[in-house]
Amino acid sequence: MKTVVERHLNILDFTLASLLRRKGKNLSLLTIYLLVIFMLASLVFFVTALKREASLILEDAPDMVVQRLMAGRQDLVPSLYADSIASIRGVSEVRPRLWGYYFDVNGANYTIMANDDPSAEPESAMIGSAIARSRNMVVGDLMPLVSYDKVPLLLQIKSILPGGSDLMAADLILISSNDFRRLFHFPAEQATDLAVTVRNPKELATVASKIVQMFPDSRPILKSEILRTYQAIFDWRGGMTVVLLASALISFIIFAWDKATGLSAEERKEIGILKSIGWSTSDVLLLKFWEGVVISLTAFLLGVVLAYGHVFFLSAPLFAQALKGWSVIYPAFRLSPVLDGYQLAVLFFLTVVPYTTATIFPCWRAATTDPDAAMRS
Amino acid sequence: MIELSSITKSFNSGKPNQFTAVNNVSLIIEPQQVTVLKGPSGSGKTSLLTMVGCMARPTSGRIFLRGIEAALPYRHDGAETVEITSLPERFMNDIRRVTFGFIFQQFNLIKGISVLENVMLPAYPTGESRSSFQTRAGELLELFDITRHAGQRVELLSGGELQRVAIARALINNPAIIIADEPTAHLDSKLSYDFMEIVGMLKNAGKTVIIASHDPIVYAATLVDMLVEMRDGAIVSSGSRL
Repeated sequence: MKTVVERHLNILDFTLASLLRRKGKNLSLLTIYLLVIFMLASLVFFVTALKREASLILEDAPDMVVQRLMAGRQDLVPSLYADSIASIRGVSEVRPRLWGYYFDVNGANYTIMANDDPSAEPESAMIGSAIARSRNMVVGDLMPLVSYDKVPLLLQIKSILPGGSDLMAADLILISSNDFRRLFHFPAEQATDLAVTVRNPKELATVASKIVQMFPDSRPILKSEILRTYQAIFDWRGGMTVVLLASALISFIIFAWDKATGLSAEERKEIGILKSIGWSTSDVLLLKFWEGVVISLTAFLLGVVLAYGHVFFLSAPLFAQALKGWSVIYPAFRLSPVLDGYQLAVLFFLTVVPYTTATIFPCWRAATTDPDAAMRS
Repeated sequence: MIELSSITKSFNSGKPNQFTAVNNVSLIIEPQQVTVLKGPSGSGKTSLLTMVGCMARPTSGRIFLRGIEAALPYRHDGAETVEITSLPERFMNDIRRVTFGFIFQQFNLIKGISVLENVMLPAYPTGESRSSFQTRAGELLELFDITRHAGQRVELLSGGELQRVAIARALINNPAIIIADEPTAHLDSKLSYDFMEIVGMLKNAGKTVIIASHDPIVYAATLVDMLVEMRDGAIVSSGSRL
């Protein structure tokens, strides 16, 4: 056993010396390899973290949101819908919600929502941290909004929403119901949608079908459906980015294949020398295996570590704009570190394994030639 | 002792360009002696050496190693004889590694790595600890007066120094038999005489040395025990110089 370990260590030793001999070739290969792994791993980390973030935030969301459709578009929901839905067995709470979008003159798009708390003070607001940052505002400042009829509405900032909720609340403004209705000329006794809570989550589908029976123009949306939509959006965006990276990936594959498989005359001669001084075919293949492993594993590990720092410490500046959201005001937040072992394994098997195989394969023929070729060279 | 029995080596068998490099050669090479295969280019010296050194198999005939300790684990009849021609490839490889040390005409050192690394190269796959064979390599470098070049890359060395590195490499696994193919072909007279001094040293150390050469400095040397003259793949004459 000790002999086997020593043999591997010795050959690994020679592998390192051998790699250093071709510094230029191996460093350029390592750099490009590292860059590709870094980009792919960043993407995987970022999308996984975003999906987890979305699912964590949705944990506090209502079990179901009921909207009303009119001519295929979302319309306001009359308050009487809430009373009827509340009477369905299993429904524990129905909460009318008021929310909408406000297009600021600065070009930003804010989400404005009525605060559920009945004690919310009029002409005051709680704002998302991205708004405070972009408009340079602090608690106590006045935030001017313009109502539907061009009348200014001055709101005093009472608090700034915590950074932890930034993914969802970066561009959010919470105001009182009365201010909301004033701002948008929102009709009384109507809501944007209804948040429905059901006692037994297993009954959600049944309750949803009862709501549709009761109000054929309603559209119940379950929390799980919203979560699935988020996952799909982030997967789609991740996929789009992979497509954009595809040309770089293909270039790398061609480059790596060329470098890994191209056995120069000098390398062939070296294999002949090694065989003639007593190295077996398996020793030569082991040497080439370690060469492939050292390059690909170094690139993989460094790429993954750099990607981790890029995503979880620097908030992924390379991908943030493409992947985070659609608003002009991008949320500034630090993603909670999350590693998906399965995805890392896939990345490993799609990068390290093919490269190592590509390194060994062309050496097979050279390594199986008669060692006396070296005698005659 | 190495015994060659009716060895024939043909290339491109069955093709129009078939030729026989070694033709029905039988020979006994005594242990701890210096044997020189003499003959012009194309006489079959190198082909014979490759077969003796387990680098190639004969087309027909048998080669036996008798009483060579390192090869004994591969015997199959309990006697002190191993027939290398019938061994599987991996066993031939093992025997080549521990029994033979090779000195090539072109030295065949690996460029870009140090003298010390080159000397240690045959020992890497043996499973021996690095510290152990590194010590031995250091002693060999000292023996051949090239310690000062240990960390240098081989391409920076002179012809004579390169050959001494090649000899040190051939000895790293402490083989019983040294095979040298035209070792003085790229050396001037002085370096050729130096080489023969080293051969004398190896002989005194109990090594069996087999040299293929058509250099008079080699085959006329007094330390040569047996001279085998070859021509057209066959032995023309052979005899003890003692």
